[in-house]
Amino acid sequence: MLYDTIAAISTAMAPAGIGIVRVSGEDSIPLVSGIFRPKGKKPLSAAGSHTLQYGHVVDPMSGRIIDEVLVSVMKGPNSFTAENVVEINSHGGILVLRKVLELVLGQGARLAEPGEFTKRAFLNGRIELSQAEAIMDVINAKTERALQLSVRQLEGRLGEKTARFKDILLSLIAHIEASIDYPEYDIEELAVETVMDRLEALKGDMQALVETFDQGRMLKEGINTAIVGKPNVGKSSLLNALLQEQRAIVTEIPGTTRDTLEEVVNIQGIPLRLVDTAGIRDTEDHVERIGIERSLGALQKADLVLFMVDGSRPLEEGDRAIVERIKDKKVIVLLNKMDLEVKASQKELRELLTDHPVVPVSAKNREGIGLLEHHIKEMFFHGEIENTEEQEVLLSNVRHKNAVVQAVGSLDHVMEAIRAGMPEDCWSIDLKNAYERIGEITGESIKEDLMGQIFSQFCLGK
Amino acid sequence: MQYLEGNYDVVVVGAGHAGCEAALASARLGLETLVFAISLDSIAMMPCNPNIGGTSKGHLVREIDALGGEMGKNIDKTYIQTRMLNKGKGPAVHSLRAQADKYRYSLEMRKVMENTPHLRLRQAEVTEIVQQDGKVLGVGTASGAFYGAKAVVVATGTYLKAKCIFGDVSVESGPNGLQAAKHLTGSLLGAGIELFRFKTGTPARVDRRSVDFTRMEEQRGDEKVVPFSFLNRPEDIRREQISCWLTYTNAQTHRVIRENLDRSPLYSGVIEGTGPRYCPSIEDKVVRFHDKERHQVFLEPEGEDTNELYVQGMSSSLPEDVQIAMLRTLPGMEQVQIMRNGYAIEYDCINPLQLKHTLEFKEISGLFSAGQFNGSSGYEEAAAQGLVAGANAGLKVLGRPPLLVDRSEGYVGVLIDDLVTKGTNEPYRMMTSRAEYRLLLRQDNADIRLTPKAYEAGLVSKERYAGLQRKMEQIGAEIRRLRKTMVGPSDQVQELLAAHGSTPLRSGISLEELLKRPELDYGKLAPIDGERAPLGEDVVEQVEIQVKFSGYIDRQQNQVAQYRKLEKRLLPEDLEYEKIKSLRIEAVQKLEKIRPVSIGQASRISGVSPADISVLLVYLEQHKRTGEVWKK
Repeated sequence: MLYDTIAAISTAMAPAGIGIVRVSGEDSIPLVSGIFRPKGKKPLSAAGSHTLQYGHVVDPMSGRIIDEVLVSVMKGPNSFTAENVVEINSHGGILVLRKVLELVLGQGARLAEPGEFTKRAFLNGRIELSQAEAIMDVINAKTERALQLSVRQLEGRLGEKTARFKDILLSLIAHIEASIDYPEYDIEELAVETVMDRLEALKGDMQALVETFDQGRMLKEGINTAIVGKPNVGKSSLLNALLQEQRAIVTEIPGTTRDTLEEVVNIQGIPLRLVDTAGIRDTEDHVERIGIERSLGALQKADLVLFMVDGSRPLEEGDRAIVERIKDKKVIVLLNKMDLEVKASQKELRELLTDHPVVPVSAKNREGIGLLEHHIKEMFFHGEIENTEEQEVLLSNVRHKNAVVQAVGSLDHVMEAIRAGMPEDCWSIDLKNAYERIGEITGESIKEDLMGQIFSQFCLGK
Repeated sequence: MQYLEGNYDVVVVGAGHAGCEAALASARLGLETLVFAISLDSIAMMPCNPNIGGTSKGHLVREIDALGGEMGKNIDKTYIQTRMLNKGKGPAVHSLRAQADKYRYSLEMRKVMENTPHLRLRQAEVTEIVQQDGKVLGVGTASGAFYGAKAVVVATGTYLKAKCIFGDVSVESGPNGLQAAKHLTGSLLGAGIELFRFKTGTPARVDRRSVDFTRMEEQRGDEKVVPFSFLNRPEDIRREQISCWLTYTNAQTHRVIRENLDRSPLYSGVIEGTGPRYCPSIEDKVVRFHDKERHQVFLEPEGEDTNELYVQGMSSSLPEDVQIAMLRTLPGMEQVQIMRNGYAIEYDCINPLQLKHTLEFKEISGLFSAGQFNGSSGYEEAAAQGLVAGANAGLKVLGRPPLLVDRSEGYVGVLIDDLVTKGTNEPYRMMTSRAEYRLLLRQDNADIRLTPKAYEAGLVSKERYAGLQRKMEQIGAEIRRLRKTMVGPSDQVQELLAAHGSTPLRSGISLEELLKRPELDYGKLAPIDGERAPLGEDVVEQVEIQVKFSGYIDRQQNQVAQYRKLEKRLLPEDLEYEKIKSLRIEAVQKLEKIRPVSIGQASRISGVSPADISVLLVYLEQHKRTGEVWKK
């Protein structure tokens, strides 16, 4: 669509302290109003052009406050795109930014295509003519790339799932449409209960998929973080301490070995993939060696290393050996067991690992965790650590999730219509919408599929 | 030697359902119009099923009527049974269908044609479309005459190089044994027109006296007759209705068919044309749906004064002896006598992508086409295109703006846009599922949607238009009144609600809100609606539908608003797509071939992606700003 309202995260994903969700289009102001609770009495709709409003983004479903934000309103034509533009400035980190974007999409905005703000700015006369060629080149190139990434993802289980959703929807739609276009043929009547059951089941499956998106996203985007140290310095306690803080967004990853346990936590909006490695030391034990090699592998991949030392004992050769392996990494040194008498030499540690913060903690008592989190956040926002995944992969994830969420919304409409006693031809309107949303993931439209389905599913015609 | 027989404004080639509407529309615009038929006894002939309307096709007939066409009036004069299909479903898919007396249908249409001023009928085979430098000049006939014309409408149906086939019998003839048009194809190819070869088929006709109806289910018409034409009232056209009959195929039928498949021209490869998916022959059905134990077969009278019955569901091109054998396996048809064989027919038609929405050829000014010649199927599809082609031929001669119906305004618009934008690789049949704004395109409101357009084009009278305006005002006023009229939880109201199983009121509510409840209707609310003025049934129907489905209607109207924005972004006719580097190659090829008029149309072309559309938009803006003038 040409003039609908679009939204996207318009700042670079990783190293910024503040992120912006930009919304552009005729309905951008009422749309954002649906999730914005201003601090003062003045609603967003009453805000003047080029003003900043302070308030909270609130999830309208749960009533939960998502973030404290500044919202700027720029009315067309005096905005970047020459349309009504609303920008939500959030400082809550990537996850919060994503949540804000999702809420805006939930209000009815469409996720912007690659380069779409620029395209609109150009179409509305806000960008120099000389850039037209470049814009055209970018549109297809970017779309092509996004599509390739999307296709790659769809080869897996996601592809199987969406294909199944489409099959179910298409067969229902074809059934309804066939009975409408061929009322005199002996097509079995669709029993309302059966349809409702199938829709409920489908909706459940779709919702389950939506949830896995959240998890999958965390995994993809998380900063690879390895907790290393000698055996029994308290690594597992630290992991538990971090998990305890963030119980809500923890994901357990199936298939991990007992040697490297992987968890995802959200540290003040920054997703971390935490790998609790087996303690590293020289050993003759064959089984333990395998675990240690895995730990070293995890260390290789890590964007951030949490190096844990038992502070209640002097530094040993084993500690120094590990330091050798992590010297080139981003490291936070954790001096554990701060509740006991400190015997490890902080001076030596600082000499061994110059310029890396040393944080005293007690993993067991969960002391000092706040300071650790602060350091992680600082490093993240200063661009010292970032996730190494490609951003487009993430973007298409949001696109996919949004598509499925909208499909669920359409299913709700269908079930509402059925309950209200609306006729079948009304059901099929929203069933088709649901299909189109899922089809957007793979770039297919119902138009091409429906006729074929009707005539292969039913025997019709004079 | 060719001689000049005469000069006309508009010449129509063919007098089937498309040709008749085309000729009438042109003549009604006051243009001197000549229409050719291969036989004047075959005007508006129904060579296949003896009915008009049905799902989506009934919508088309109502739209034809709303646009001032003849099909609706003619079937109202000649129907022998009528039914409103899909009554159990929503109003958008209620579909009117009538069984026709096909002989009287043809006769009555001929009467209208013969008595329409400015219209002349001529029996002859047109062999040549005469054109020069991309502009049509007239037509030539097999008898050596040339007829000058400012515009020509080709509506040759299934006659072009027609071949009828059953078993190993293959006859070069049009439907019903009528003479085929063998020469026009060459002239069309010479003019650079791309042709397809399509296939369709028809079942056998049997003698009523040889059928035992006691072993079949009777299919009666509706008590309540609904006319096709908005100008007719039910009481004007009421009549005694004639029944159809339902029987079924069985295992024995399927066995006969299977054992003789090798004798079918479809399976032996004799037939090369593309057959439609939605009109399979019985042998197709048995092969493709081999698990299905039985298929329905309807016996439909071909007219009041004939014993011929049409065997719907048994379309076949199997050899004659197999057709007899398989029909005699049906309950009640053990002794059946065939009067005419079923057959498959192959014919030449055009690739409709060569046409504009006006149904004029893009490359040949003044040459229009309609009906099965355009790759469609069905009487109603043909008539709808005929009306649009004929009207536009006339309007072009008059130098007036064309008659255009878009996808949000009518099935006519969906039909034509599909043909000229997406093309077709099988005879195109209208279906309600092809219309994306189905809830708005109802058969009950075709007049509201289209008659104002027809009035503007000069196709309907001022009186008719004024009558429509009165109706629309009444609808609007009544909805406003219902919205304003509040009722409270009085005893009378609560009793009425209880009587209809409706939830009692807790506070005041408007009549409009009450009417939205599925269990209530306008009539049921009468006792608690004292101020109600008597209104026509058609007005009440509109009020009721618009109120009850307002949620869906509003949503679809929003979609239409979006759709229209894209339709209004016009693409220059001479845009050179290959010069736009950033378009994908597939898109360039499709865009070059179809040359869409708008961004909206471009977006419906398969092979043109949303990203390509974005590129086009940027390109258009770039050129608008450089002020580059498009070469004309």
